Amino acid sequence: MSMTMAEKILAKAAGLNETEAGNIVMANIDVAMTHDLTGPLSVKSFQKIGVDQVWDPEKIVVLFDHQVPADSLEAAQNHIFLREFVEKQKITNFYDVREGVCHQVLPEKGHVVPGEVVVGTDSHTCTHGALGAFATGIGSTDMAMVFATGKLWFKVPETIKFEIEGKLGKYVYSKDVVLDIIGQIGADGATYQACEFGGETTRNMSVSQRMAMCNMAIEMGGKTGMVEVDDATINYLKGRTNKPYEAFTTDEDAESLTTMYVDVNDLEPQIACPHNVDNVKPVGEVEGTPIDQIFLGSCTNGRLDDLQVAAEILKGKQVAQGVRMLVIPASREIYSQALEQGLINTFVDAGALVCNPCCGPCLGGHVGFLGPGEVSLSTSNRNFKGRQGSPEGEVYLSSAAVAAASAIKGAITDPR
Amino acid sequence: MDNMIKGKVWKFGDDVDTDIILPGRYLVLTEEEELAACVMEGHDPDFSKKVKKGDIMVAGKNFGCGSSREHAPIAIKAAGISAVVAESFARIFYRNSTNIGLLLIESKGISKNVEEGDEIEINMDKAVLKDLTNSKEFEIKPLPEFMMGIMNEGGLISYLKNHLAEIKDE
Repeated sequence: MSMTMAEKILAKAAGLNETEAGNIVMANIDVAMTHDLTGPLSVKSFQKIGVDQVWDPEKIVVLFDHQVPADSLEAAQNHIFLREFVEKQKITNFYDVREGVCHQVLPEKGHVVPGEVVVGTDSHTCTHGALGAFATGIGSTDMAMVFATGKLWFKVPETIKFEIEGKLGKYVYSKDVVLDIIGQIGADGATYQACEFGGETTRNMSVSQRMAMCNMAIEMGGKTGMVEVDDATINYLKGRTNKPYEAFTTDEDAESLTTMYVDVNDLEPQIACPHNVDNVKPVGEVEGTPIDQIFLGSCTNGRLDDLQVAAEILKGKQVAQGVRMLVIPASREIYSQALEQGLINTFVDAGALVCNPCCGPCLGGHVGFLGPGEVSLSTSNRNFKGRQGSPEGEVYLSSAAVAAASAIKGAITDPR
Repeated sequence: MDNMIKGKVWKFGDDVDTDIILPGRYLVLTEEEELAACVMEGHDPDFSKKVKKGDIMVAGKNFGCGSSREHAPIAIKAAGISAVVAESFARIFYRNSTNIGLLLIESKGISKNVEEGDEIEINMDKAVLKDLTNSKEFEIKPLPEFMMGIMNEGGLISYLKNHLAEIKDE
């Protein structure tokens, strides 16, 4: 039977030879991730089931990234609560406050390989599909079930495959491609579907650029983002993991497959405007919009290539008077590489604040709150009303290049 | 779960996201009452004071889009809301709500025909929703059978307690 990549992975995880979209399957979970914000509820739910030990402590990853270091008494208490759980359950894959954002750290530390089923109590877990896995965000009670049984039920999704063709222009990135797609199909355009990114343009992208697209699958309602395994994937995995893996591909004649062709030859940098991610406009239409705060970072665009292009644009320049620029590398490894390459110096010299690896202002629950009436330009993934603090604030989303160029002008700027 | 639900309507638009339902700064909270006190703060800071036990939320498409935070459906349920009726729901929110026993109902056309303050009655057995204020009737789409099973057993934790051995063996 012809199947999609998503169908093949879920069939394998459920011990079946085949399955098709719409079926309910009980899948074995390969990696289960929880973090400091949604972890406490997951553990409390697990404790209600009446099972003492988690199913497999080696398949669980616990990581602190949203409120690190603890910024309130409540956050500190949540951290203590999870550290105790980790110790009691003998969970070895534990990353305390110093490592960075979960969706960067898990792939970086070799926890995710192709063909696996990865779940996390964070909606952007779909990022990990960039390595050819089936990865999806779940809630705390679903995670409690995984902790107790190692299994979770899934409705097998249909797949929408974006065949991306064409050459990206200078200062145009995968973030612009995915924003363009979301703008076209809407915030619920892919609800319950696996969003697979393919085509020549995707194959020419680095794993980092693919991760940025898969990360945004949830912003069109998708269940996961996915990219087929190729040499770039295999090179990324080298030196990070010895886990065995299996690469799956989508059969062109799979019944549940819909294809959308995306031509990026003339694509301009794209901006998601307040207060919905599908309110997307080419940068030219919003150029000149004054900005109070710039956030360069997050699981979407806080990786080394993002910092490199931002530093290239900011080199020898100054962040505009009255503008706060926060630079937050997505992980300790990226922070270290950015230091070695002199990028951090460039940011500091330009007048940006460089923070420790964490989720930063993205979720409006840690550093860099937006006040009433303030406007933020952010390389993260959501611009909902109140997302970064005050409901009277406004959030625009862009690539790292647009963020850096806009920091110099103090207003939304086309980097080209 | 009751098969007949009656309550007063609170009305919302399309794409009500999880940051509207429960802003990020409250995610440090884990107790139901604390979360209930912040529910829908992104829409109306006084909503939790206005809402009464048994009230029903009615919204447009893609309700609950965004984060996987279970804090959001917990806050709605703990505030006393008996059901959320919408044109459509976002995926993770849909699962999370069923898992904790918050009733979600899909009903096409509902958001254009029901007004805030209307009294509505939901008959789960007949799969019909009636607006008692304007006498209009709507079909409702029940939860898929598998999810209804979880809901009828009081949510996923109760379901797991009852079926743990068979799930582990499966």
